[in-house]
Amino acid sequence: MPTETKDESAEPASKVELPDSVAGSGEIPSFDITLRVRRYLPEFYDEAYWDDFQVTMYGTDRVLDALHKVKWEMDGSVSFRRSCAHGVCGSDAMRINGHNRLACKVLLKDLNTSKPITVEPIKGLPVEKDLIVDMEPFFQSYREIMPFLMNESAPPSKERLQSAEERERFDDTTKCILCAACTSSCPVFWTDGQYFGPAAIVNAHRFIFDSRDDAGDMRLEVLNDKEGVWRCRTTFNCTDACPRGIQVTKAISEVKQAILSRKV
Amino acid sequence: MQVHKYDVVIVGAGGAGMRAAIESGQRARTAVLTKLYPTRSHTGAAQGGMCAALANVEEDNWEWHTFDTIKGGDYLVDQDAAEVMAKEAIDAVLDLEKMGLPFNRTPEGRIDQRRFGGHTRDHGKAPVRRSCYAADRTGHMILQTLYQNCVKHNVEFYNEFYVLDLLMVDEEVDGELNRRVAGVVAYDLASGELHVFQAKSVVFATGGSGKVFKTTSNAHTLTGDGMGIAYRRGIPLEDMEFFQFHPTGLAGLGILLSEAARGEGGILRNADGERFMERYAPTIKDLAPRDIVARSMANEVREGRGAGPNKDYVLLDLTHLEPEHIDAKLPDITEFARTYLGVEPYNEPVPVFPTAHYNMGGIPTNISAEVLQTNESTIPGLYAAGEVACVSVHGSNRLGTNSLLDINVFGKRAGIAAAEYSQTAEFVDLPEDPESYTATLLDAVRGSEGTERVGAIRKELQETMDTNVQVFRTADTLKKAVGDIDALKERYMRITVQDKGKRYNLDLLEAVELGILLDLARVTTAAALHRKESRGGHYREDFPDRDDENFMEHSMAYLDPAATEADVPGIRLATKPVEFTRYKPMERKY
Ligand SMILES: Cc1cc2nc3c(=O)[nH]c(=O)nc-3n(C[C@H](O)[C@H](O)[C@H](O)COP(=O)(O)OP(=O)(O)OC[C@H]3O[C@@H](n4cnc5c(N)ncnc54)[C@H](O)[C@@H]3O)c2cc1C
Ligand code: SF4
Ligand code: FES
Repeated sequence: MPTETKDESAEPASKVELPDSVAGSGEIPSFDITLRVRRYLPEFYDEAYWDDFQVTMYGTDRVLDALHKVKWEMDGSVSFRRSCAHGVCGSDAMRINGHNRLACKVLLKDLNTSKPITVEPIKGLPVEKDLIVDMEPFFQSYREIMPFLMNESAPPSKERLQSAEERERFDDTTKCILCAACTSSCPVFWTDGQYFGPAAIVNAHRFIFDSRDDAGDMRLEVLNDKEGVWRCRTTFNCTDACPRGIQVTKAISEVKQAILSRKV
Repeated sequence: MQVHKYDVVIVGAGGAGMRAAIESGQRARTAVLTKLYPTRSHTGAAQGGMCAALANVEEDNWEWHTFDTIKGGDYLVDQDAAEVMAKEAIDAVLDLEKMGLPFNRTPEGRIDQRRFGGHTRDHGKAPVRRSCYAADRTGHMILQTLYQNCVKHNVEFYNEFYVLDLLMVDEEVDGELNRRVAGVVAYDLASGELHVFQAKSVVFATGGSGKVFKTTSNAHTLTGDGMGIAYRRGIPLEDMEFFQFHPTGLAGLGILLSEAARGEGGILRNADGERFMERYAPTIKDLAPRDIVARSMANEVREGRGAGPNKDYVLLDLTHLEPEHIDAKLPDITEFARTYLGVEPYNEPVPVFPTAHYNMGGIPTNISAEVLQTNESTIPGLYAAGEVACVSVHGSNRLGTNSLLDINVFGKRAGIAAAEYSQTAEFVDLPEDPESYTATLLDAVRGSEGTERVGAIRKELQETMDTNVQVFRTADTLKKAVGDIDALKERYMRITVQDKGKRYNLDLLEAVELGILLDLARVTTAAALHRKESRGGHYREDFPDRDDENFMEHSMAYLDPAATEADVPGIRLATKPVEFTRYKPMERKY
């Protein structure tokens, strides 16, 4: 059957028939889950432990909603970072059922709710309390790749020109929200905390491939270091973890290529 | 307790705070205190764009931009401030480009520009392409670019430091008592310790207060701290009755679906499948201004034509558009609808409802970002910029794209002014026991032995605000809200904080933030009761018309225990004249 093409110039209908499911009848589905949270409260207990919470959740609730329900209604000491609640601020990367995800982007109904849902801090960074880790080492690596535009020529009176194609070249890596999901999913980073990690390389990529930037060689030099891009084993964990859909592994290989072709 | 000393302390690291820091950091010893890591700030959520009359794609000039801003704000805009903003917009965008912001480009390689609601050529003749943008991630790019430049300039950040008090002292100058800034008190989340920051200048850039409402596009952390702290220290809050409700928030969640959804042809339907905007705005229908669309939606629900199990939302219908068109123009919307509601916009309508979006009011400032103590006097050394401030460039209704502009223009002005002031001024001695107020506040919250839960009180507060102080207001609903808020404030005295630790005690801080939300909700409601007219974002069903004779003035709310207003005791409501330069009030018609 040929697919019907829609005529967009026509005014949309003043009235349409809506199916009952849309117009409203029926109920919002609810379901019971067990949220199994990795707790670490060093002021009170030396060891980390698991804590189970039974909660009733609804419809399109997310893991973040479940954590909030636990914190607000059951145990106020359960601690985690969050802010925007829709995947743009990068606060709430955590390991959910063993995968690095943003808690605000994982719908409970997409998980197997017949089994406990485990929530742990991301790996490779020091745990401070419950799901909160020390982000300083992560930001330190970020700072080391000089994450800012460098251009020594005299600034023009208006904007610097850049073609749409040049702009497109580094579009993917501008999406990064510095959530650390990629870096903390990387087996190399787990065993060697000195490794720059995917996020720093993604942010270096963003400038190396920006036609307005002059300092690409300097950044490539930094990343050619023994803790730089060559530690990457192309495991693809990072690409799978990235909540912004950035082709992280691809960005890393492009940086490797650039080192090989541009560097002496 | 530790004491630090800086020339300039900036509170907040969103767009406004970091733009200020880039200027101040190069001129004076500067610290930025922020309760979130800078890149977590909500500036990063902004999608649409930032307007400036660059005239890159068609004829435009800043005077037209000024006019649109004033008209959009329903003439409650201070016209001198709007002029400054529209004029400096051009450099603000060019500054960002030079800092590295990856704007979308025209075929000639210039910064591309697109249309946005309310921005017109030649005083309303036709829509103009004025909004500079970076895909649908303009705010994200601004936040990242400013942070990158802070790294470049070695700006000193104190991350996860919650500022909880503003220190001021009264100084005698020529026989008169003058208030001056001495510093701020901050709580270090990691350790639970208090820190005092002595400073010659303080800049407040703490963002908005959307969490007063239940359905909001604002982050969980937007609790209006800067406004609350200033208000408790006797600084007035201006125009707090004006809150912008954006028509298309995802139902139940409030997550914003940009105005582009309707611009690209999306239409709104009720449970009967009816395109109801045909009844409310027969000519422009779904493209009517934000406040009108939001009220029409709310009215459909109120009259029982809402969709869904609880009949509490309407539907944004894109199903008549080609999937390729949706993908090309509205990628964010489709992604949000799929991720959060599991709805496929190609063939299902998306549940939407108005969402509390932007606080037009805030800490009053003049065009140099200096904070006002009264209509005539400022507090030397104290500045505010961004959503926390009220300059007022947005009047009673902000135009889309003018806030990203506001934070850049007035953030820069605040940073320069604060640094320059610090070069001429001396440090003011700290008051005795500078941390005592904050320590007492925290002890009271922590030590409270009650049974009331912070989460429950906050939920009830947000529900009463959504029910009574949202797009429809009457004297009755507003009085109901005051009664509810006062009862909740009373219960707040008996809360319990379960987390007894010092490290990362977010339980404690949520309780402190709730105290601020309760104060701000009360101010908003009091100011809304006082304004017996309808203008911009404030709509009184019992006074549906704009009343320039009696209300062409800003409201100024002061905390004053002696105030005995019949409806809202403890708040003194005064007014401040609107600045006019050359635009006479006209009816706001589109
Ligand atoms: C979804 C959405 C889309 C938007 N789209 C647009 C758009 O397209 N165009 C436009 O012009 N505007 C838009 N806006 C509005 C605009 O984004 C905001 O008004 C603006 O970004 C606010 O910037 P800010 O710097 O004032 O505050 P924020 O970016 O919110 O930053 C506040 C800062 O203050 C800090 N802070 C808060 N309290 C404390 C405290 N007690 N102690 C220490 N630090 C504290 C926080 O850590 C944070 O760093 C949008 C808003 C939303 C919510
Ligand atoms: S690349 Fe993706 S996963 Fe890594 S920090 Fe950036 S947004 Fe997060
Ligand atoms: S809370 Fe902001 S990304 Fe999840």
